[in-house]
This record gives sequence, structure tokens and C-alpha cells, in this order.
Amino acid sequence: MSRATNPATGPATGLAKSPATGKEPVAVVGIGQTKHVAARRDVSIAGLVREAAQRALHDAELTWSDIDAVVIGKAPDFFEGVMMPELYLADALGAVGKPMLRVHTAGSVGGSTALVATNLIAGRVHGTVLTLAYEKQSESNAMWGLSLPIPFQQPLLAGAGGFFAPHVRAYMRRTGAPDTVGSLVAYKDRRNALKNPYAHLHEHDITLEKVQASPMLWDPIRYSETCPSSDGACAMILTDRAGAARSPRPAAWMHGGAMRSEPTLFAGKDFVSPQAGKDCAADVYRQAGIADPRREIDAVEMYVPFSWYEPMWLENLGFADEGEGWKLTESGVTELDGDLPVNMSGGVLSTNPIGASGMIRFAEAALQVRGQAGEHQVDGARRALGHAYGGGSQFFSMWLVGAEPPTS
Amino acid sequence: MPEVLKAPLVVEFPFTRSLGPVQSAFLTGLRERVVLGVRTADGRTLVPPVEYDPVTSRELSELVEVAATGTVTTWAWNHEPRRGQPLDRPFAWVLVRLDGADTALLHALDVPGGPDSVHTGLRVRVRWAGERSGAITDIACFEPYEPATDETFAPGGHDGRFEDLVTGIVAPARLDYTYSPGRAQTAYIQALAERRVVGERCPSCRKVYVPPRGACPTCGVATAERVEVGPRGTVTTYCIVNIKAKNLDIEVPYVYAHIALDGADLALHGRIAGIPYDQVRMGLRVEPVWSDEGGHPDHYRPTGEPDADYETYKELV
Repeated sequence: MSRATNPATGPATGLAKSPATGKEPVAVVGIGQTKHVAARRDVSIAGLVREAAQRALHDAELTWSDIDAVVIGKAPDFFEGVMMPELYLADALGAVGKPMLRVHTAGSVGGSTALVATNLIAGRVHGTVLTLAYEKQSESNAMWGLSLPIPFQQPLLAGAGGFFAPHVRAYMRRTGAPDTVGSLVAYKDRRNALKNPYAHLHEHDITLEKVQASPMLWDPIRYSETCPSSDGACAMILTDRAGAARSPRPAAWMHGGAMRSEPTLFAGKDFVSPQAGKDCAADVYRQAGIADPRREIDAVEMYVPFSWYEPMWLENLGFADEGEGWKLTESGVTELDGDLPVNMSGGVLSTNPIGASGMIRFAEAALQVRGQAGEHQVDGARRALGHAYGGGSQFFSMWLVGAEPPTS
Repeated sequence: MPEVLKAPLVVEFPFTRSLGPVQSAFLTGLRERVVLGVRTADGRTLVPPVEYDPVTSRELSELVEVAATGTVTTWAWNHEPRRGQPLDRPFAWVLVRLDGADTALLHALDVPGGPDSVHTGLRVRVRWAGERSGAITDIACFEPYEPATDETFAPGGHDGRFEDLVTGIVAPARLDYTYSPGRAQTAYIQALAERRVVGERCPSCRKVYVPPRGACPTCGVATAERVEVGPRGTVTTYCIVNIKAKNLDIEVPYVYAHIALDGADLALHGRIAGIPYDQVRMGLRVEPVWSDEGGHPDHYRPTGEPDADYETYKELV
């Protein structure tokens, strides 16, 4: 009902037609987020996702009847204890009578959810898809959910920070990075968040000294270098070329998207720079025709729940040679006004509704190339990368979006 | 082959729920012995009420009172009620369309006469709980009743506005599992009782997995060849934990380390003690300190050997 134009032939947009056997170009034409906060006690989970979805529809100037399918994602059911929440959320997301899919890939789920939705359009299964991810951490207990008392195992840790901290130390040892770099990332991201009205943490009095003076939780990770717990949802409207032609606002075009996974633990696993992350990035760059990501990508939203993951991912994603990522951070390259801004929105360090965090990265990358990021806009951003990872550094999902439609 | 270990695993958590405006009114109503439905654009009344119209997707907000009497639309007999169910004696699960509603509500029906006295079309009424807090359990259950021959339904007319709204509930969840770590980990745990650490070697890549999982995650083949490793090993990396976990009986700060036991091809995880926490370092040589209760080492302590050279363990970090 929403596809007035045959997407295989395309409307008169002046663009080269895709061959009938090729993929349909995919555009982001609507983005909606809730104001992320510690606790949204005024809404149910349904009310929370509804708010983000309606904002995305409003941005795209579409209605529920324009949507052909809904693809949602969240972190484990265990976190909020709502089993198969997609069943209960169908009404709130206008999915009655339509296909509805739920995706789950741990912390990377927001990204992989968007990619599943993207593929439905690229494969011409649907013309316009609503994709959404959320977490209501105030109704959840992730630390408990991640630390179940499994029989015969020795309880040693609580939560994710202790899991990742040894890998941060390994990165510092491997690269010789000075121990000041983590605080620089946190200070940057929290300042960036002040320019993003949807960010959870708005620490107006943040200083580098305050970050450096915050207590070590899981040494070498400090309190201020750790993500918060947030309630929030993020939604996007993805559409085909015909849909993009009708869009009232600029579209962000998908130029490459990929997912990769690997086991949590195996002999030879490189926790500092996992192979699956490298492979995922390489696939995205190949699809997008990127030879030198450092020069050709204008802005990056990467999944940094603990500050040291910025330099680690800079290397893993090919923005810096091995051992050199921290130098980009230290020299200010990743600042909002730097040469390669990273986490302009404030990132996961400022906002972490777990299931939504990956989609927020993807959506913020799209906002940048649409020129709609407001105060945290990078001037002239034409190509931006959205990145998410999850589990024990074992699931990766990324997309590269551009201001121009793909040419091939 | 020895018996594979098994143990109960009970997962329990009191989840909190924010209700949103519609569920908030519904549950507050139950506290006040008022059953509310929500009116859709096409004039139907949905009980229990929902926030969004299942047909049009529109937001719903017009609350209307329905009766505390209704008709069973379908049912199933529950022979053996389980923990947490509405009644502790056999009862019928029923869908009840309350008078004034267009949809049916799921609840329990208390019928002393057993399943033979339940049928579709049975007239039933709410049995209110003595103490009500704003929860679905404020309806203790339904019970059959004999309607008067001239029974008519007179709606109460409540508009769903209350003082002192219930805005959240606690929804305790409990899952009962029987957990088994499987053959490979059973053998590993049984060897620990003899203070030996036994891994398994992959027949394909020859890597030694400790603890073993019974298969190599890289090659995808079963592992069976047992290999004793350690007991000494090298700290490959670590963190100092400064926050006390509720479910963990370990004083902070403590050192959580990855330890590559000699002969193992990946590190296992353990606690380091017998050395001030701020003197632990990568490359530290350690050995297990066994607990009197058997099982896993309580912690690892320095052996006094010189630190391992980074080059010797960097592939295991």
C-alpha cells in the first residue's frame, strides 16, 4: 500500500537505475529518539517505544499505514524480564497485520536490527520499514542478569566493567598508551553530550580533573569512564529509492552494512582487536568503496561503553595502525572540531539504553550526513560510520551512510 | 563414563514495571473494585484495556466502567496449580467477557464442582480480594453465580479518574532450571576435587582448552583427549575490583586476573591474593591455593619465580 512506484524501475530522480538483479538502495528518511534518562516512570515499555517511533514517523512525514514491516531489537529478555516483548509491542508500533521481526545480538543489537531492516528493503521484500530498539534499564537489572549464579562456576565478577577492564589493561600494555587517554575520551564525550538534547548525562560542570579524580571501579576503568544506565528508545524509518524521493527532508543513504560474530572465548582470540570487528569493517568499506577510512570518513559514532574502547576501536576499524589509536585521541583528532570526530552525540558513555545504544550510533551517523544533528553537527559531513559491538566482544554490526545515493 | 553433574539453578528477580496512563487507571480501579475498559474509535470496549488500538494503532485514553459480572467464553481445567498461580486448588483458567465489554479477560475460576460444572456461557462474577493494592490479583478469582431471571447490566459510569494512582507494580519472576555443565566440565570439576587441572586438546588445531567445553569453538570438532595443565601459570592481564557485588562474598579491593596455566592455550579467570593488590602485574607467576571445600582454587598466589617475559605470553592476552 505504500509503494506507489515500482522500486525496481525507480521514480524519475535523475539517478542511474539499479539493475533488476542488484540491490535496492536504502535510505534513512526518519529518525526519532526519546530523551534518554535514568528512569521514565511516566510510560510503560510500550509508551516508550511508541514515543520514538512517532518521532521518526513525524520526521519522515509518514503515518502508520505507510509502514510495511516492523523490525525491533533489544538486549536479552532477561534484563527487563519481559519474555518476547515484540508480541506485546505490536499494537504500540502499528505492526498489527504486518510482518514483525525481533533481532537479538546482545549489545550490538541496535545495529544488527537496523541492518536486518535494511536488508528487507535492499532485497525488495518491503518498501518502507520501521526499525526500533530500546531498553528500559530502570525496570531491568543488567548487572544481575549478567552475573547469574551458575552452578559449579566460581562467582568472581559483577557486571560488564570487570569483564572488559583486563582487556583495557592489555591494550595499554600492548600499545604503551599513557594512562591518561581514557579520561580524555570521557571528558570529550560528556562535553559532546551537552550539545545533544537527547543525551542522558548532561554534566554541565564536567572538567578533565573531575574525570581523573573519579574513583577506580574496575582499575584501570574509572567511574567517569563508564556508561550510565538509561531508559530510551531509538527508531528509524528506512525506505527504498521511491520512498526517498518522497521524503520531505534529506535522506541518509546506506553505502555499506555488515555483521560479524565470533565465539566469546577461544584460543587465539584477540580481545583487544577482535578479528570479527576487523572483518566487519573491511566488508563495510569494500561495499562502500572506501580505501582509506581515516581520510574518506567524516565522522564516526562508535560503541564506547568504557572510554578506552575509543582508541581500541580506532585501530580495530582501521582508522589508525595497530598501537596508534590512542595518539588520535590524545592529539584531539576525535574531538567534535577535530579531523575525525568520534561520538559527536556523547556516545554510549553519555547514554546507554543497552538495546538501543547500537541503533543510536547508526541513527546519529545518519543525522550527521542528513545535516540534522543540530549543535553537534560536523560541518559538511558527507560520510559517517555507525558501529556497535556486543556480548564478550563477539558480535559486530556497522553501517556506512552517505549524503549521496550509492552510485553502483 | 562418570555421571554428568547436575544442580538446581533458580533465577529470581522482582522486576518493576511503570504502568503508563491506561494500565495505571485499570489497576487503580481494581483496588477500588471498579473494572475499567478502554473505548476504541469504532465503539468497542476492550477489557483489559490496552494503550494502543489494535486496529488503527491510535493512542487510546477513553476509559469506561464495565460490570463485575460476565460470561465465560472459553476455558481450560488446571488439575495441578503451580506456585504463584491464583488458587492453590484445581481451578479453571477462563476467558470472561464482562458485561459491557467486547473482549475477554483471562483469569481463574473457582469451581468447587470440578470441570463438569464449567461450560462456555457460564455466568460468573468477580470475587474481590480482601486486601487490594492495585494489581490483577485484586481480583482473587471469578466464581459462578445464579443470575436473576430479569438480570440487567447497569454500568457504574466511572470515568477512570482516581486520586492516588497506582503508577508501578512489582512483577516477581522466577525460573527453575536443572543445570548441567555437561561431560567435559564435569570431568574438569571432578579433577579439581583431586587438586588437578585437566583440560582437553582439540584434535584438529591441537589447542588445549581449560576449562574444556567438549568442543573446540574454532574448529567445531569434539574434544576428548585430556591434558593436565598447570598448576602454575602466568597472569596475562587483570583488573582491580573496587566495587562490592551484592551476590559475591569477596572483600574489595581484590584482583581479578586472567591466568594462563602452563600448557593451556587460553587463560582462565581467577582471583590473586597473597600479595598486595597494587603489586600484582602482568607476567606475575602464580599457583593455585586450594580451598578445603574442594572444587575451584580459592585464589592464586605468587610462586616467587621471576616474572614471565611478555613475549612468552602475549599471544594469550
